[in-house]
Amino acid sequence: MATKSGASSYRKPFWTMSRREAAWAYFFISPWIIGFVVLTAGPMLSSLYFSFTKYNILDSPGWLGLANYRNLFRDPLFWTSLKVTVYFASLALPLGLIVGFFLALLLNQKIPGVNLWRTLYYLPSVIAGVAVALMWMRIFNARIGLLNPMLDKLFGIKGPGWLQDPDWAMPALVIMSLWGVGGNMIIYLAGLQGVPTALYDAAKVDGASLWQRFRHVTLPMVTPVIFYNLVMGLIWAFQYFTEVYVIGSANANVGGPARATLFYNLYLYQNAFKFFDMGYASAMAWILLLIVLVLTTVVFRSSEFWVYYEGELRGRG
Amino acid sequence: MTAPTRRPQMTGRQSQVAVRRSRFASIKVQELLGKAITTLILAAGAVIILVPLVFMVSTSLKDRNQLRRSPPPLIPIEYTMVEVNGKEEPLYEVTVEGATRQMALIKNLPEGRGVFVEPANPDQTYELVIADQKQMEHWEAHWENYPEALTSVPFDKYLINTCIVTFVGMAGMLLSCTMVAYGFSRFRAPWLNVLFMVLLSTIMLPGQVRLIPMYVLFNKIGWVDTLLPLIVPAFFANAYDVFFLRQFIMTIPLEMDDAARIDGANPIQTFLYVILPQARPAIVAVAILHFIWAWNDFYEPLIYLHSREKWTVAVGLQTFSALYSVNTHLIMAASTVMVIPCIIVFFFSQRVFTQGIVMTGIKG
Repeated sequence: MATKSGASSYRKPFWTMSRREAAWAYFFISPWIIGFVVLTAGPMLSSLYFSFTKYNILDSPGWLGLANYRNLFRDPLFWTSLKVTVYFASLALPLGLIVGFFLALLLNQKIPGVNLWRTLYYLPSVIAGVAVALMWMRIFNARIGLLNPMLDKLFGIKGPGWLQDPDWAMPALVIMSLWGVGGNMIIYLAGLQGVPTALYDAAKVDGASLWQRFRHVTLPMVTPVIFYNLVMGLIWAFQYFTEVYVIGSANANVGGPARATLFYNLYLYQNAFKFFDMGYASAMAWILLLIVLVLTTVVFRSSEFWVYYEGELRGRG
Repeated sequence: MTAPTRRPQMTGRQSQVAVRRSRFASIKVQELLGKAITTLILAAGAVIILVPLVFMVSTSLKDRNQLRRSPPPLIPIEYTMVEVNGKEEPLYEVTVEGATRQMALIKNLPEGRGVFVEPANPDQTYELVIADQKQMEHWEAHWENYPEALTSVPFDKYLINTCIVTFVGMAGMLLSCTMVAYGFSRFRAPWLNVLFMVLLSTIMLPGQVRLIPMYVLFNKIGWVDTLLPLIVPAFFANAYDVFFLRQFIMTIPLEMDDAARIDGANPIQTFLYVILPQARPAIVAVAILHFIWAWNDFYEPLIYLHSREKWTVAVGLQTFSALYSVNTHLIMAASTVMVIPCIIVFFFSQRVFTQGIVMTGIKG
């Protein structure tokens, strides 16, 4: 089989090492590629198309141009749903950040039974959903609930009607979300545990106080985690649905009282699956995507000023 | 650094040791105090976490009568009644003539007073201020609420459906996500990094932008009102779990792959016999997270499942509560049943959980 001509007659085989490796790579990631095309990219493009049409599933879509978007901007309920969602996010996200971070700081100390505490605080996040919403509904109930008598007994406060009261429904939902703050906490905890102890030791040697160590070591080191939680929290607020839907339908007043809990995702759901206005709902979905993109970009851009990445070269050491 | 502390005169070395000792002691006291305060705050928070759950379970054990009580007691208790002259009357612990006796309140009088009698001796009456007496209560749990709640709607069917969606979906998710994570962590190929960035960016994609066309698609192929739309997408990997598994697979030493290759294993064999066994902790963590997510998922089952016998527990429970919202005790019983599997799974896997998430959380 020995040939004399050597290189001249040698043909590079098609299946080189690197091609073979690439083929294996694509073989293994093929489930995701198929899923991405069929279940993500394709549907996204179709929903963009639907957003320019009148479509009720039964008849084929009819072209409307920008009418859905024009109508949305004139729709007072659309603005209400945006306001409700932003109001919720502006309360729930900062409070969730503060409480979650504070708990993570406490649970990052060497105290007896720390694993038990962590487990307990994480517990509400594993049971979130319909059952928990139903539970809180009863706790907030002004007549047979638990919260108002307790407020009365402990602080002498006469509690409001909570979920039945347009002004207090939102604070009630925020309290509910804070009960499940353990999910935030565990991510902050991961961030705190990633802070090298050497930094604390160095700060101690330099005589930094507890507050200084927190302000100049802990806080900068976990800003990436805060950033991550902030971005995910924004998306979460715009997806908020189960709790308000469950409570609303049990009170036979979805989005109520007085549309105080008409969240963006709830209004989108109603348009799509109650009024079967798929075009309108698709337009809402795309506006939502734009909002999330804009907000994330803003947070990303601003992150330059407050998020610290280790190993990054900077003017000020 | 304000006023210099006055100390008894000592030799240099002695005073140094003493200062060091007292400083050491004060740091220790400070630390201990800090830990005590931390524990105290955590305990207070724990009460806030646990009280709602206790309230849910106790409400599920009450009957209609007990439910009407305000403020609601945190355990299922009921006022003790006693028969006096053929009528059920509430029993009180009454203090008369310096002795404590059990008496029934048989009549309310103006100005908060009442007529009390001893059940054994109903002819001798005492007129006392009701508020000064202690009404007797006893533990009364209505366990029959549970069978009643679970049979008033076909909960067994909901449970089976939820299990199918959860576990078949879990199998699909594990199969696809481990494959994809392996593909993204062990091979070099053109565009692979770009594709990985695309995968990561889908984490931030709001689900609503694909929701309606997917509904239309599933409607066209006749899958609406079956469990398939909830199961099949799990077989095509998702960004969260792929990212999590990839982070873990990256920590498995490459030498193990090389050893397998030298022994003549192809990538599929390496995947099955080297990577999967090594990645077990991460696979368990992802499986548990999937269980909890799928078990509690509400939005998609609500949209895709229309007929009653197809519902999952989440949708069944919501509909049950919307239809029978007065039956608080039954709704809470069903809610407790829905929550229990998650709590059990969580406690059994608690180590995997906190460690797994803390380990790989979001660190790159």
